[in-house]
Amino acid sequence: MTKSKGKPKPKAGTGKPRAVPGPDAAHVLIQELTASPAEPSGPKRSWWRRAGRVVLVPALAVLSGLILGGVLIAVTSQDVWQAFRVSVLQGIGTAFVVVFRAYAALFAGAFGNPVQMVVALQSGDPLAVRRAFNPILESMVAATPYIFAGLSVALAFRGGLFNIGAEGQIFVGAITATYVGYALVGLPAILHLPLALAAGALGGALWGYIPGWLKARTGAHEVINTIMMNYIAFRLSDWLLTGPMMRPDSFNPVSPTIQVSAMLPRFFADPIRFHLGFFFALLVAYLVYWFLFRTTWGFNLRTAGSNPNAARYAGINTGRWIILTMSLAGALAGLAGTNEVLGVNHNLAMAFSSGYGFDSIALALLGRSHPLGVVLASLFFGTLRSGARRMQVVSGIPIDIISVIQAMILAFMAAPAIIRTIYRLRQPAEAEEEVLVRGWGG
Amino acid sequence: MTPILELRGITKQFPGILANDHIDLTLEQGEILALLGENGAGKTTLMNILYGLYQPDEGEIFVKGSKLEVHQPSDAIGAGIGMVHQHFMLVPVFTVAENVVLGQEMMRPAGFLNRAAASDRVRELSQAHGLQVEPEAFVKDLAVGVQQRVEILKLLYRQADILILDEPTAVLTPQESDELFKVMRSLVAAGKSIIFITHKLREVLVVADRITVLRRGAVVGTTTPAKANRSKLAEMMVGRQVRLEVDKAPPQPGEVVLEVRDLVAINDRRQVALDGVSLEVRQGEVLGVAGVQGNGQTELVEVVTGLRHPQSGSVFLVGQDVTGASPRRITELGAAHVPEDRQREGLVLPYSVADNLALQTYYRPPFAHGVVLQEGEIRKSAEARIGEFDIRTPSAATPAGSLSGGNQQKVIVAREFSRPIRLLVASQPTRGLDVGSIEYIHGRILEKRDAGTAVLLVSPELDEVLELSDRIAVMYRGRIVATVPADRVTKEQIGLLMAGVVPEGMEAQGVVHTVEATL
Repeated sequence: MTKSKGKPKPKAGTGKPRAVPGPDAAHVLIQELTASPAEPSGPKRSWWRRAGRVVLVPALAVLSGLILGGVLIAVTSQDVWQAFRVSVLQGIGTAFVVVFRAYAALFAGAFGNPVQMVVALQSGDPLAVRRAFNPILESMVAATPYIFAGLSVALAFRGGLFNIGAEGQIFVGAITATYVGYALVGLPAILHLPLALAAGALGGALWGYIPGWLKARTGAHEVINTIMMNYIAFRLSDWLLTGPMMRPDSFNPVSPTIQVSAMLPRFFADPIRFHLGFFFALLVAYLVYWFLFRTTWGFNLRTAGSNPNAARYAGINTGRWIILTMSLAGALAGLAGTNEVLGVNHNLAMAFSSGYGFDSIALALLGRSHPLGVVLASLFFGTLRSGARRMQVVSGIPIDIISVIQAMILAFMAAPAIIRTIYRLRQPAEAEEEVLVRGWGG
Repeated sequence: MTPILELRGITKQFPGILANDHIDLTLEQGEILALLGENGAGKTTLMNILYGLYQPDEGEIFVKGSKLEVHQPSDAIGAGIGMVHQHFMLVPVFTVAENVVLGQEMMRPAGFLNRAAASDRVRELSQAHGLQVEPEAFVKDLAVGVQQRVEILKLLYRQADILILDEPTAVLTPQESDELFKVMRSLVAAGKSIIFITHKLREVLVVADRITVLRRGAVVGTTTPAKANRSKLAEMMVGRQVRLEVDKAPPQPGEVVLEVRDLVAINDRRQVALDGVSLEVRQGEVLGVAGVQGNGQTELVEVVTGLRHPQSGSVFLVGQDVTGASPRRITELGAAHVPEDRQREGLVLPYSVADNLALQTYYRPPFAHGVVLQEGEIRKSAEARIGEFDIRTPSAATPAGSLSGGNQQKVIVAREFSRPIRLLVASQPTRGLDVGSIEYIHGRILEKRDAGTAVLLVSPELDEVLELSDRIAVMYRGRIVATVPADRVTKEQIGLLMAGVVPEGMEAQGVVHTVEATL
């Protein structure tokens, strides 16, 4: 008796006939999270309507996150509570004022003050101009590592893999880039900078390769192994910074400063930190897009990610692509760490990354695992992060509220049903299709 | 007399499709009503409404003359309606009796299960209806046909008077189907009423008292076996004249294209699935592999197409040893594969129709220059295929997942048939398709055969194997019981072979080439 039996499948039609080891739960999750809604793209639906539907849920997730963040700001504000003691109306009024001030400070901190910009431009004083535009430039500086790390997670999602290991890959990429940055002396920048970048990418790639290889050869789950690789990376950097890579003249766990020839060039004088890394990130995002959607390599990767069975059927070596995908994802995350070292910090310190690798999961989801989406989401997160500092100074609201807002956006992205229910959106066409297939299979 | 069940004006609209359009249906006490229709005609939707899984937009349900509101399956069960689903819902490691009472257990006072009472009740029911099921047996040890009877017992135990059987013969051998029909007869003789859902014409003529035909969500008409015949029913189902018999020219077998020797392979559950299989397929002939699903056919196809590594044995394709070769190498040697499960293996559902049509050749010119995909070429070629194979899709950019099953299958056929191929491996090529699509795909397969392609056809649909094949290999428990010329064997003989029994006289006739049945 080899018939499969007793499969609880109340609705006929799409049932799998055999008890096969199907994609695991995490895999299914990835597919649900990253699949763009499959739309019948007939001539009736114009491209902008389709684009609108793709963007709708992320945009509403952001909006909901901001609204809930506003509620949190209001309920944690002493002023609001005191106003409520006077009267409910005054309490509500104060709540709106407090939230408005906080967000105004946030966005002023992120984009700068338009009045100041105009005045500075009219005065023609270069220093004033730079100061006025620094907030928005600073937001782009903050967005740069997000772009790299978000691309890393997005690329892995496209390949059907869940890269929780971006954080560790960032650390290892930063370590290798730092080492090449300070240890090689006397090279011209035209050689040294690319070498340092390549070293960072290679370091991250190694940290992605290991869990990829383990998954392809032994079936060990990449979620578990990338998490473990994170811990190894953290402790590895701790050890290196207190030992072999510690700055000789320092008692702090900090690496030596990298050579000037390895630094990503900055466009303005201090304190403006805006550097070449931002444009490099945009270039890499375009390359990832081209790779994923315009080459046979990307076709392999996406096919192996969307339907591994069909990929095998089509002659794609899925094991090899698991390893390649994880290595590439690692390289991208490694570049995030490299960018921070070569462009901003110029050395490696303990815990320098402050969670870019984990935020990047949210970025990939918010950006629908599309490079363009990742860039937009990264700009948004960079804006939040750089604006939050000013918000804290002006209105005394802790920076951590940003993490809460980010977490809520992530939760809304992971559970789009909530967003659809709140805003009464129609189910995507894909889901309709599913109902049809199931109920319609005679 | 009031009918035991009456549906009036049932309408169910799904987005874009009217699944049920004012359906009226009556079921008399003590009759077998066959509900006949193509896939997608609305049979399952209708029964799911009756069973409380969907709510109708309009319409009413009457049981024994009184109106019934069905909001969930328990309402239907309470009204004496029971359903046997296509996929059984049994716990394999429980006994028959345990499965039957599950959910309505007989208890001893202290809250313990009263196994003895359960067994007695099941034995009683089983004997009363001629079901021949041993209450103490474990379900996992039972044949599929017997498992189905356990499902029926579950309904009887819950005192269902109206039994809905959804495609019950899909998983049975012809002999098992005949057994089932006997059981159905004895059930109606005992006063039960049965709705029998099927798309097989032969069966309704054998077993039904009345036949209601659905097409595109509406009732086309109701007839009786006495007044109908196969071609008339097919015409009602499809809405036009259908050729039921395939005209085919005599085969012109040439060189051996595929040769399989002593294959041994294990399945995903590490059981031996192929136990020494040998066969060969020549140019210009169709070798059909018959057998009840799960007897090694799937694994045979996987080994031949490179998707599964055999334990031992060898596979030769056009004279080259391809044992354990990669699927791509086998494809490049000229093999095409229509896989068993189009959604699991044959298509990437979120991909466009165009990308799916390029799935086997996307990396080669003209679809790629170096590593750069040539989207223009892919789309242009897709548009040509869509026209040539009559794939009904809004555009080449539509995701394959939003096409109907028949059109999804056409995408696969279009892709596999558009390359120069020497071997076609077709595994259940018409699974779940309507009569019109079946006719079309059968025609295409024979066209390939006549053009000199070797065809290995695997199908659990015996009619399909008999119609298309020049020779038939019957598989049972991982072995080929016999290989026989298709024109010198009867359906009954194949049915016996599918159950592992070599019919008397076959060996003497000399039609059996290999007999390895050691049972």
